[in-house]
Amino acid sequence: MPRYGMVIDTRKCVGCQDCVIACKTENNVPVGYNRDWIVTESHGKYPNIQMEIRTERCNHCSETPCVSCCPTGASHIHDVGGVVLITHEVCIGCKACVQACPYDARFIHPDGYADKCTFCIHRVEEGLKPACVEVCPTYCMYFGDLDDPNSEVSILLQSRKWHVNLPDAGTQPNIFYLT
Amino acid sequence: MNSLSRRKFLKISGATIATAAVLASSAKSIVNAAENVTKKNGLQIIPSYCDLCFWKCGLLAYVKDGKLWKVEGNPKDPLSNGRLCPRGTGGVGAHYDTERLKSPLIRKNLRGEEKWVEVTWNEAFDYIADKMNKMKATYGPEAMALFSHGIGGNFIKHLLRAFGSPNETAPSFAQCRGPREVGFELTFGDVVGSPERTDIENAKCIVLIGSHLGENMHNTQVQEFSHAVEKGASIIVVDPRFSVAASKAKYYLPIKPGTDMALLLAWMSVIVNEKLYDADYISKYGNGFEQFAAEVSQYTPEWAYIETGIDPELIRETAREMVRYKPATLIHPGRHATWYGDDAQRSRAIALLNALMGSWGRKGGFYVPYSYSIPKYPYPSYPELMKEPLDNPNGKYPFATGEQISTGIREATITGQPYPIKGWFIYGTNLMQALPNRDETIKALQNLDLMVVVDVIPSEIAGWADVVLPESVYLERYDDLNASPFREGFVGIRQPAVEEPNDQKPNWWMAKKLGEKLGLGAYFPWKDIEEYLDIRLKLAGHSLTEIKKEGIIKGPKKPIYYDNGVEPEFLTPSGKIEFYSTQLAKAGFDPVPRYTKHPEPPVGYFRLLYGRAPVHTFSKTQSNPILADLMSENEIWVNADLAEKYGMKTGDRIKLKNQDGVISDPIKVRATERIRQDCVYMVHGFGQKSRQLRSTYKKGASDAELVTKYNTDPLMGGTAMNVNFVTFEMEV
Ligand code: SF4
Ligand code: SF4
Ligand code: SF4
Repeated sequence: MPRYGMVIDTRKCVGCQDCVIACKTENNVPVGYNRDWIVTESHGKYPNIQMEIRTERCNHCSETPCVSCCPTGASHIHDVGGVVLITHEVCIGCKACVQACPYDARFIHPDGYADKCTFCIHRVEEGLKPACVEVCPTYCMYFGDLDDPNSEVSILLQSRKWHVNLPDAGTQPNIFYLT
Repeated sequence: MNSLSRRKFLKISGATIATAAVLASSAKSIVNAAENVTKKNGLQIIPSYCDLCFWKCGLLAYVKDGKLWKVEGNPKDPLSNGRLCPRGTGGVGAHYDTERLKSPLIRKNLRGEEKWVEVTWNEAFDYIADKMNKMKATYGPEAMALFSHGIGGNFIKHLLRAFGSPNETAPSFAQCRGPREVGFELTFGDVVGSPERTDIENAKCIVLIGSHLGENMHNTQVQEFSHAVEKGASIIVVDPRFSVAASKAKYYLPIKPGTDMALLLAWMSVIVNEKLYDADYISKYGNGFEQFAAEVSQYTPEWAYIETGIDPELIRETAREMVRYKPATLIHPGRHATWYGDDAQRSRAIALLNALMGSWGRKGGFYVPYSYSIPKYPYPSYPELMKEPLDNPNGKYPFATGEQISTGIREATITGQPYPIKGWFIYGTNLMQALPNRDETIKALQNLDLMVVVDVIPSEIAGWADVVLPESVYLERYDDLNASPFREGFVGIRQPAVEEPNDQKPNWWMAKKLGEKLGLGAYFPWKDIEEYLDIRLKLAGHSLTEIKKEGIIKGPKKPIYYDNGVEPEFLTPSGKIEFYSTQLAKAGFDPVPRYTKHPEPPVGYFRLLYGRAPVHTFSKTQSNPILADLMSENEIWVNADLAEKYGMKTGDRIKLKNQDGVISDPIKVRATERIRQDCVYMVHGFGQKSRQLRSTYKKGASDAELVTKYNTDPLMGGTAMNVNFVTFEMEV
C-alpha cells in the first residue's frame, strides 16, 4: 500500500504559478479560488537577502485534524495512498475542516462543499502525475510513494536537506521542501 | 530601386523569421479539423503551437464534449518538452475571454473616442480597399506601412508586399532586442536570434545582467536554467533588483542602474591583464585582439567601483569565477536590451566578454542553431518597389541592418519625410504600450488616412483605429508553419481545436479576402490555408495530413558546436571575431566599447525600471480571465527604507509623476528589501486605457505612459527607455 507524498525542490522553483494555473484548468477550480499557491519568503537587508520560494497545497497529512473534526465523514482518507479527500455529495459546507486545517488549504467551493487539493488522484490512478507536477517548467516537483525506499521521492529525502511546513502542528505533513 | 535596397528588403523578409467550468462558451469542436485526434471518453487531443508569447511552444489542446478544457505541452516538441509556461497553460482563457472583439468595427466619431459601428466583413474590406486604392493613386503603395508582431502576421505581410509597400516593422527590433542583435553581429557576424542560441542547459557558469529568467518565462530558457541550477552551475546575477534568479545565485551584484558597461569593461580588464582568456580560441578566430586589450586594460575594478558601487574584490572574484568554467561560461545576452542609448555597444561588450571565454560556438556557451528548411510557397514575385523603406533615411543609423526601425516609421508619419505615410496596418501589437512617448504615436496617427488594427481583444491601439478586424484566437485557427532556428530542426503546425465563438476570422482569410478586393488575387492562388500548408509541406516531402497527427515533424540531427563538426564562420569584414571593429571606427564610433556616464535621478526622483511577470505577456494577456485571476494589476517596488521615509506601506495606493510631469494611474506600493534605493520597478503591460476592455481599465499603472523620454542608440536607432525618473504622489 503506497503512501503518496510530494518532494519540492525550492532551489529550482521560480514561483511562476504554472502549477496554480495547471491545477485550475485540470480541476475546474473557479475564478477567485486556488487549490495550490506560492509563498515567497525573504530575509535580510538589501543586498544580503536569502529567499525561498515554495509551492504549497494540502499536505495530505498522516495526522488529520480536518478528518477528525468532520461531522459527516465527507472529509476522509482515501483507501489508496493515504490521500485526504472530500466527498462533495456528503459535505454540508459547515467549515469545520476549513478552520481545523493549520495550512489554510481548504475553502468552500461556490457550489457549497469544502474543496482542496486531491493530489490529482483521478490522474494518479490512471498512472499520470498530478497536473501541477506534470506542468512545472523547472521540474522542481516530485510525486511518489514515500514508503518505497527506492522511489524518487524517498531517494531525494535521503540525499538532500529538507523541511516541512509547521512541523510542530502535530499533523505529520507529507509534502517536503528540499533546500 | 537600387540593388542595395532590394537586398535590404529581402533581408528583412528573411529575418521574420476559470476556467471552463464557470465560463460559458458557445464554442463547438471542429471534428474535421482534427481527423487524427486521439479519441478517449469523448476527449479529443489536438496538437498545435502556443501564441501567448512569441516562443511558439508545441501544445496539446484537450477538447471534452465539444468544449475546450485545457492545454498541455506537446511532449514531442523540443521547445516545451511537454511543459508550457504559466501563460501557455492559461491559454484557454484567451478563447473564453468575454471581452474579445466579436465583429468588424468602423469608427464613427473622432479617432480614439472608441465609438464604433458594427459592420460585415464585406463592408470592412470595401472600406479598407477603397482607402488603400486611393492612397496608392495619390501617394504610391509605399504610403501604407505595416506594424506586425508574431507569426500570425505572415499573411498580412504578404498582402502588403503584394500591394507594393516596403515599409514593414515590429517593435521587437528598435524597442527590444535590436541592440543585442547588432552588438553580436558586429562582433561575431551573426545575431543571437529567437529562440536565443544560448546553451544554458550545459553552461557551468551563467551570468545574468538584468535578465530575470524565471520572471521572464521564455519557456525553454527557464527549463534549461533549472537544469543548470540542479547540476550546480555557478550563477552570477547583476541587477539593481534582487530578482528570482538572484535567489539562485552564488554571487549577486547589486549594480547601480546605468553602469553595466563599467562592470563589463572592468571584468574584461581583469581577464586581459591577468591573461585568463582562451588564448587558443582568440588566436584562431579573433581579430584586433592587441588593440582591444590595450584599450580595455585601463578599466580597473577600483575605477568601476566608483561607477557601479560594486566592491572591486567582488569584480575580480566574479571575473575569475567565469574564467574557471570557460568555455562553458555563458554571459547571457539578455533580450529586452533598449536601456540607456549605448545599448548596441553594451551588447557588443557582452559579446566580447563571451569571446574572451571562447564560448561562442561552444558547449555551455552559444550553440549554432539550424532550422528545418521548408520551401516558401511559390508565389508570383512581388511588384518592383518604387521607393526604399523610410525608417532610416540616408542610413542615419548605419548599423540598423536586418530589420526596420518602428519609431523611424512613426517619425516619418509625423514629418511626411522623406515621403508621406498615410496608412498604418497594425497586427498583434499594442503600439500604445510598445513605443516610447505616447504623444508622438498619437500625433503620428492623426496624419493617417487609414488605420487598420487586427487583434483578438479591443486593445488600446485598436481604440485609435478606423477599422478594427477581430481575429480568431490561436486555438481556433491555422497559421503559417513554425520552423524556429534551434538545437534541432523541426516544423510545427498551428491548427484549430475549437471554433470561434462569434464572427472572428483567421488572419489568412482576412489577407486573402482583402487581397482579392484590392485586385491582388493572383498573390493568393490557394483555396484556403490547408491547401497552402499542404503545398509547402509537400515541397519538403511531407504533407498536412502527416503533420496534423502529432503537430511536429523533426528534421535530421546535426552538430551544433565547433567542437563536434560545425565549421566556424564569422560574417564580419575580417571574417573573424572582431575584438576591434574597423567598420565601427570608419563610421565614427568606438571600435572598442567605452564607458558613457548616464545622468542619475535628481534628488527626490528614482529611476523607473520595468520587467516581466511569469503570468503575462506584454500588454496582451491582462484580460485573459485565468491569468487575470492570478495577477490583475501591477505594483511599484520601492525599497523598504525609502518607503518608510516617505511614509508608504505595502498596499498603499500612490501615483507616480515623471520628470516631464506625466502622472500615472494609481498603483499599489510593494515595500521590499529586494531593490536599491535609487530606482523603482514595475511589471510592464498594466494601466491600460481601452474603455472597451473593462477588466484591464486603469488596473495598476503603465510604465509606457511614464516613458516620455527616450535616448536613441546612434548605431541602430533603438529607443532606450530606462532613462525616466519618477517621484511619488501620495494623494490619490
Ligand atoms: S510551476 Fe514549478 S517553478 Fe513554477 S511556481 Fe510552481 S513549483 Fe515553482
Ligand atoms: S496535486 Fe492536483 S489538485 Fe493538488 S495542487 Fe496539484 S494540481 Fe492541484
Ligand atoms: S513560452 Fe509560454 S507563452 Fe510563450 S509560447 Fe511557450 S508556453 Fe506559450
